[in-house]
Amino acid sequence: MTIGLTHYLVLSAILFAVGLAGVLRRKNLLMLFFATEIMLNAANIAFAAISTHIGDLSGQMFALFIIAIAASEVAVGLGLLILIYKKYGTLDLDNLSIMKG
Amino acid sequence: METVAFYLFSILITGLFLVTAFSRNILYAMSALAAGMVLISGLFFIMGADFLGAVQLVVYSGAVMALYAFGMMFFDATRDVKEKNSPAGIVFLLSGISAVILVAIFAAPKIGENIKALVTGTKGADNPHVIGEVLFTKYLVPFEVAAVMLLVAMIAGIVLASKKMDESLSEIYIDADPETVAKEEQK
Amino acid sequence: MENLVYIALFAPLVSSLFAALFAQKPKIQLVGIVTSILIGISLLASVTLLLDIHESGKAVSVTLMDWIQAGDMDIKFGFTVDQVTAVMMSVVTLVSTVVHVYSNYYMESDKSFNRFFSYLSAFVFSMMVLVMSDNFLGLFIGWEGVGVCSWLLIGFWYERKDETRDVNPSISPSWAANEAFIMNRIADLGMLVGIFMIYWNLGTVKYSEVFAHLDQLSHGMLVGIGIALFIGAMGKSAQFPLHTWLADAMEGPTPVSALIHAATMVTAGVYLVIRANPLYSQIPEVGYFIAVVGTFVAIFAASMALVNRDLKRVIAYSTLSQLGYMFAAAGLGAYWVALFHLAAHAFFKALLFIGAGNVMHAMHDELDMFKMGGLKKQMGWTFFYMGLASLALSGIYPLAGFFSKDTILEVAFNEHTYGIWFTLWLTAGLTAFYSFRQVFLVFFGDERYHEIGAHPHEAKAYALWAMAPLAILAVIFGFYKEDFVEFVTKLLPAYEMSEHTHHMVWILTLVTTAIALTGIIVAFIKYSKGLKRDLNFEQNNKLYKLLYNQYYIPVLYEKAFAKPYKELSDIAWQEIDMQVVDATVDGIAKAVETTGDVSRRAQNGNLSTYLKWMAAGLIFVTLITVISVVIK
Repeated sequence: MTIGLTHYLVLSAILFAVGLAGVLRRKNLLMLFFATEIMLNAANIAFAAISTHIGDLSGQMFALFIIAIAASEVAVGLGLLILIYKKYGTLDLDNLSIMKG
Repeated sequence: METVAFYLFSILITGLFLVTAFSRNILYAMSALAAGMVLISGLFFIMGADFLGAVQLVVYSGAVMALYAFGMMFFDATRDVKEKNSPAGIVFLLSGISAVILVAIFAAPKIGENIKALVTGTKGADNPHVIGEVLFTKYLVPFEVAAVMLLVAMIAGIVLASKKMDESLSEIYIDADPETVAKEEQK
Repeated sequence: MENLVYIALFAPLVSSLFAALFAQKPKIQLVGIVTSILIGISLLASVTLLLDIHESGKAVSVTLMDWIQAGDMDIKFGFTVDQVTAVMMSVVTLVSTVVHVYSNYYMESDKSFNRFFSYLSAFVFSMMVLVMSDNFLGLFIGWEGVGVCSWLLIGFWYERKDETRDVNPSISPSWAANEAFIMNRIADLGMLVGIFMIYWNLGTVKYSEVFAHLDQLSHGMLVGIGIALFIGAMGKSAQFPLHTWLADAMEGPTPVSALIHAATMVTAGVYLVIRANPLYSQIPEVGYFIAVVGTFVAIFAASMALVNRDLKRVIAYSTLSQLGYMFAAAGLGAYWVALFHLAAHAFFKALLFIGAGNVMHAMHDELDMFKMGGLKKQMGWTFFYMGLASLALSGIYPLAGFFSKDTILEVAFNEHTYGIWFTLWLTAGLTAFYSFRQVFLVFFGDERYHEIGAHPHEAKAYALWAMAPLAILAVIFGFYKEDFVEFVTKLLPAYEMSEHTHHMVWILTLVTTAIALTGIIVAFIKYSKGLKRDLNFEQNNKLYKLLYNQYYIPVLYEKAFAKPYKELSDIAWQEIDMQVVDATVDGIAKAVETTGDVSRRAQNGNLSTYLKWMAAGLIFVTLITVISVVIK
């Protein structure tokens, strides 16, 4: 049985769900970032797979840009995390509910 | 061969990412994530997206993970993360449903069979070659914008993480303590 | 010429807006002067137009703008000044000018002096729109405009408190204003229906086009339109059964009564019938109905005037009665006669009202004629003017009323409608009686005003001078009858008396003059030597009480319409509005509040919760997309 597009896409879906579960479950902001990375990577796999399947390079381009965005996100996000940590001494979301309305 | 590699990679990646998502230890989680990234680049290589695989290795496994590693030094990484996790049921329910839906969508009979490839690059050339070709012709502007964005992100990262932020204006706003604000203004 | 049309039309508007600028300010004498001058300019323009049309015989038409353009509907805001309009314009602006000048005197110590002039000029503008419009819709705009101004002016002293019907039959100015407005609204619905029917069937509302295509309509439709338009005219001209508002409208300042409720606005109904003469001449049965209604109102109103003690109400009833005369003439097809009486009546009735204003001023707003008497000494000129106007009203040679009223009687005779003739003839006698009852009660006999502590004084000179044009016209207007006929019959159908009537004319004239003189003599005998009240008669005579209480019609209306309506409104308020409408609105508000209260718990400030909501939303949207794709 050859590996087709569907296989990749299903893998991507599963990884995305894993990432989502992490995002929902995690209370530590840093861990939340990790989970986000998982979701981004899952999307990348889907992009690359489709790109290869139909022979169009746009998919890979998008994956590339997603990687670029992820990199910037990490840069800015980590900076913010450090700031929050300095300020509150914790990264736990349950202790950071300053958005309470 | 391809089949074996795919399944091997898939199982490993899923397992590693599960570790990332559910481990109590930040170090473990990060290591698993880095390993997963590396394996994903393997998947890219299988697909024939060589350049993307390389970028994945360099940027993700290299730069991003290194950034996380450095960032972690600011936090207390060796201690287990104590989380008051909400009832797991709802988390698994939500992610489970989304997984099922996504799989159902992807596994469904394909609708887009008649999509035509628009951006193909030179026929017969290898992947990095055509990627370069497309990147510097059709996607030149987004590429430049991405470059600027990275620059901005770098500056932002430096500014945010720098020590002097302790005394910066942003603190006042986070405090939102009228007396301190008034004192600051008097100065 | 077109400029003159615009000047005549817009000078009153400018005047109104100018006065409105100072509406909230205390009295500024300049406002009164400027508005009077502007209305005077309008008068000059109108008269110039009249003379010009008299010379050229051609109507002047202007189109101000495209007004309504929707689909096939194309209505232009246009004005036409033809013979009838020119006469109306001249009458309206003349009386308006006199009233404006006079108001400077009458309202001199009123705190809302400026506001009064603003309203008054706005009325003149509306009236000009009404008479100058070249289509039914423009007429309707003016029609409503005068209605609004009438409402504003009747209720001018809106701050006065409500009184019971025994003390003041019209309860209060604001009550009277509302009554007038609501009654007119009822009638205007009829008018609007008429206009709709015209547009529905002919696709146009322009007079010239409508009247040119009347033969396309079935007879039944013509009758329908005729009746619907006449219902509108009944409201504005206060014909039975929508007459009660006119007497109550006397709550307004007296210049208003002179201008609006005697000379101009109330004649708009007559103007409408005259204007629509091509329509009404095709449906003589409706015309006959109009004549009968008019005749009935003539004697009905005159009978109420016989016993009333209120100075202004007597004149108001007499106005009603004279409007009845006009409708009788118009209904019988003698349109120019109606127009002639309209103009003549405008002059002497405005004069009468202004005279009454002088008397009121002298008596410190006391209106009960039984408390006056002997004012001839102090108020010679007013007596002269009012006596003159009363003579004209009674139809005594050679005053204007003689010519116009006599002609109406001749018309009634000529049409062989002897019932109408007899009733109108009788009314002429009653008219003379109550007019001179009023004159004698006010100016002759014992000086009863000492009891109320009044110190009568003559009006200021310029006020008396302002009345002069009306007095002169009341005297000489009759002699221009031939010219008038020649002028207006270029537009209106000529009405020729038969041979037989020609032979009878002198007898008719004699008979009419005789009954008028009889009326005057009876009034003289009874009232000139002072008031002898027969209290037993006043309290026990059923007929007297019936007339004095206006046939109990206001009470009847209140019992039959106002009260049930109020009860119905109460039910609608408490049962429908509170229980259904309000409950629904409250329910919606409560539902929103409850939802907000419940969903507020989601906003607990924890990012994790938010993310869960987001995921749930994502799943929801994806599910919907999937389902919609599958179903399709």
